[in-house]
Amino acid sequence: MHFRKQGGSNDMLNFSILERYIDSYLAGFYNTIQSSVLALIGSFVLGTVIAVFRIAPVKPLNWFGTAYVEFIRNIPLLLVVFFFYLGLPSLGITLDGFVCGTIGLAVYTSSFIAEAIRAGIMSVPKGQTEAALASGLTYLKTMRHIILPQAIKIVIPPLGNQFINLIKNSSILTVFAGFDLMYYGDIINTDTFDTFSTYIFVAMFYLLLTIPLSFAVVRIERRLARND
Amino acid sequence: MVRRKWKALGLLITLTAVFVLAACGTKENSDSGSSSPTTSASAATGGTPTIDAIKSKGKLVVGVKFDTRLFGLKDPASGNVEGFDIDIAKGLAKQLLGDETKIELREVTSKTRIPMLDNGEIDLIIATMTINEERRKQVDFSEVYFNAGQSLLVKKGSPIQSVADVKKGTKVMAVKGATSVKNIKEKAPDATVLEFDNYQDAFSALRAGQGDALTTDNAILYGMASQDSNYEVVGGTFTEEPYGIAAKKGNADLVNAVNEYLASLKSSGEYDKIYEKWIGETPLK
Repeated sequence: MHFRKQGGSNDMLNFSILERYIDSYLAGFYNTIQSSVLALIGSFVLGTVIAVFRIAPVKPLNWFGTAYVEFIRNIPLLLVVFFFYLGLPSLGITLDGFVCGTIGLAVYTSSFIAEAIRAGIMSVPKGQTEAALASGLTYLKTMRHIILPQAIKIVIPPLGNQFINLIKNSSILTVFAGFDLMYYGDIINTDTFDTFSTYIFVAMFYLLLTIPLSFAVVRIERRLARND
Repeated sequence: MVRRKWKALGLLITLTAVFVLAACGTKENSDSGSSSPTTSASAATGGTPTIDAIKSKGKLVVGVKFDTRLFGLKDPASGNVEGFDIDIAKGLAKQLLGDETKIELREVTSKTRIPMLDNGEIDLIIATMTINEERRKQVDFSEVYFNAGQSLLVKKGSPIQSVADVKKGTKVMAVKGATSVKNIKEKAPDATVLEFDNYQDAFSALRAGQGDALTTDNAILYGMASQDSNYEVVGGTFTEEPYGIAAKKGNADLVNAVNEYLASLKSSGEYDKIYEKWIGETPLK
């Protein structure tokens, strides 16, 4: 039965798969959105904190920030999630695949976001910080009112890239039974044996998320440029 | 001028290549042409063409798993492949060729085994292969040589002792797309099934406490239990997935010989010995 289906669908995209498995695709799509949004917020907050650590005028914070970024961004995402999924239980904390995948994704992406933000802040000439501090502003106020508003314009494009990567990387959840889009795609594939069609539809759902995000980034970029 | 010379040379080389290849082609054709009538002739007279071919080759080529604990596993240190399937295969080589070393073990996977059988790379498949109607259309199966079936692997002392204990909220690990997923969903519709890419990932997750039980063929579960003595197979089997030895379609003489061999293995008690050696239990009668 399966073999006939396989033979028949080699030449074309098999839309009956989308029809038959729409519930699975949507369930996975929903979980992928959920995981991506949570990881996006988490990675942004964490990344900003780490970026501040790296540039703050406190040496131990610099060291911590550097160690965090260099450690996390130089190991595969898979291993980061493995740590949460298989390592944490030995410390008595058991979180399911969805939660571990999302946390791992947030932690992993935060290291790249920290670097993007740091680069943005560094690109604002140092003289401005010195001038602001000299005129009596505190370090935090200098950051908030002088440096960050300028840095954000430089940071938007690389941040957009990181968020697009994050959505695509959320497919790591499939390895940990995280019920995401790729997980359902894998299961549909083993059911239909029509690998091509199954994953084309998976790709389509990912594009539904990433393409609007790409456009949004471009628009924000333009709007910020206009304010100059 | 120079360019034209090069063109002529290129043409010459191409032509030579074509002639050489063509010559090789005809040679091969004439070879197979002369041998095919004899094969069909002996088949027509009810001889044993497949077995004759194996005898003239001097060895039995068997497709086995290299990655399946207890059934066919390559020992990375010694390079030897060992297991239940291997012992069955060696016994068969002894029966057919009089010497259990006249065997070549080729690695197969569930995906490659039927294509390899079809294109003649292997004579038989002895690789934890379940007999089913779908496959009967593609290969010829022997009698059942191992009664596999789906079962549960749990941590020792687990409240789950059979499939009846798998209730709502129980997390059961399985491998993506395996029939075992459909079976467990039928037997325990309220359970949460977590599907992994492979058995090793599923077992790692079970050991990390990410779920309550792991389900698949008992043959594979026994292998995992032998890896980690904190885990045990419970509740017997709740499906029937008999393993058979497969031969290429139409090789009736070979299938008959395999069946005779399996019968003698069982009547001599040798089968029980192999079973206990690998599975650690006596086979259910």
